[in-house]
Amino acid sequence: MSIQVKNLTHIYSPGMPDEQVALEDVSFSVADGEVVGVIGHTGSGKSTMLQHLNGLLKPSSGTIVVGDVDITEKGVAMREIRKRVGLVFQYPEYQLFEETVALDVAFGPKNLGLDEDEIEKRVRAAIKEVGLDYEKIKDRSPFELSGGQKRRVAIAGVIAMMPEVLILDEPTAGLDPGAHEEILKMIERIHENSGNIIIFVSHNMGDVARLSDKVLVMDDGHLVLSGTPTEVFSKKDELKAIGLSVPPVTNLMQQLHDRGLDIDPDKLNLDEAEEELVRYLQRTKIND
Amino acid sequence: MIRDITLGQYYSSDSIIHRLDARLKIVASVLFIVELFVVNNFWGFCLCALALAVVVKVSKVPFKFIMRGMKPILMILLFTFCLNMFMVPGHVIFHIGFLKLTSEGLYTAVFMAIRLILLIIGTSLLTFTTKPINLTDGIENLLTPLCKIGVPTHELAMMMSIALRFIPTLLEETDKIMKAQQARGADFETGNLIARAKALIPILVPLFVSAFRIAQELAMAMEARCYKGGKGRTRMHQLKLGKADYVSAVLMTAFFAVIICMRIFM
Repeated sequence: MSIQVKNLTHIYSPGMPDEQVALEDVSFSVADGEVVGVIGHTGSGKSTMLQHLNGLLKPSSGTIVVGDVDITEKGVAMREIRKRVGLVFQYPEYQLFEETVALDVAFGPKNLGLDEDEIEKRVRAAIKEVGLDYEKIKDRSPFELSGGQKRRVAIAGVIAMMPEVLILDEPTAGLDPGAHEEILKMIERIHENSGNIIIFVSHNMGDVARLSDKVLVMDDGHLVLSGTPTEVFSKKDELKAIGLSVPPVTNLMQQLHDRGLDIDPDKLNLDEAEEELVRYLQRTKIND
Repeated sequence: MIRDITLGQYYSSDSIIHRLDARLKIVASVLFIVELFVVNNFWGFCLCALALAVVVKVSKVPFKFIMRGMKPILMILLFTFCLNMFMVPGHVIFHIGFLKLTSEGLYTAVFMAIRLILLIIGTSLLTFTTKPINLTDGIENLLTPLCKIGVPTHELAMMMSIALRFIPTLLEETDKIMKAQQARGADFETGNLIARAKALIPILVPLFVSAFRIAQELAMAMEARCYKGGKGRTRMHQLKLGKADYVSAVLMTAFFAVIICMRIFM
């Protein structure tokens, strides 16, 4: 399973006075099993791009090939695409509607036309996968749960459809640090278990550096940078010019580097940075 | 499709119509509605359409934008058209089974359709060219006399403006929820009537929850800024009639007089 996006352009209300080019000539590809982080400030076209990947929006021009199917072609069964590509929207807890958690998670699988046993099995697995206790939570109303729990139930609703590509639009927005960390762990766990493609949007550069194999940077409807986290976050000035930043650790390392310390500044997490600094200190000690 | 609904929206532009006093525009809209019902022949409609076209042109609201707002209303239009065409008794032109097309019916159908179209364009022009906040001020001001007999005019006006303000917000919310449920495989387009009605539940429940949440947040934000209703409230922008307002008031009255005369003498 892989994704190829070629020359994707999307225009809202073409020919109207409020015409708006949301995406222009965006091309990228995602290999099987990759975790992709998408960054860009609000209104840069991230959400529009993600909605194309499961056929919710039709491109004005360009092609999107998921697996071996060009989903922009006419007559492609939308159900097939949505089975393959699961999309979790921003604040997904606002889409909960059923009386119980189990029923709400079952909504997706039911729409896929699966039989009762399979649905029950998937619901159980999905709730467990997002880190909740199935027996304890299945009969509760989704509206009486905490914010973090609601979010996880909503994500379970998409996971239960067992998509080969899982897209999450700002999965940690508005959560407290505890719930934030649990969502990140959940994403790591899902990826470990199913090895599917995961594409997620985040404004937290630390999260992007931690989770992703590949980073896409969007600005004003264009894809301006892409590459491994190390490549992308080494371009501090370019990111700064479009209102983005680098992970805090990278920022620290780059500032130390700028002040004349002889270190490699492109470190993305605490462990790597610590190693590099220890190495530097040992080197200077020997020289003394 | 949700983006097509322009009902109650404001179209930002700088035109004479936009700058006119809101009270005047409200009165003009009411007059226009009265005129449409006073008119009893096609010449009258031609005159009304012409006047409306001039106002639209001056307001700088693109014709395309207005027509987009008409799209969702097309079904209602078509329905009334067909109903009128076949239900009005009179001289029969031809049969299709039990349906009888009468010449009177055809006449009424066309007549009503024109009236409806002009009505919708005319009234939507009010919200296209008036900011909700000015509209509220205008309504409140016009209703002031009713305040004396205990009608809560300020509260009514506030409710209206909040309702108008939240039409686009709730449409956006609906769009978002629809997409989210579609992503979970929901299907709103196929199936019979009952299946389609059932398919609405996953949209309506979250939409109501959202609406209550938005209302609560708004109430809190208003209270945090010491809102306590109409009594003793002063305004930053006082409504004042300008030169353009007087000129258009005269034009309005003249046009109204012409329509009345047409009704009496033609």
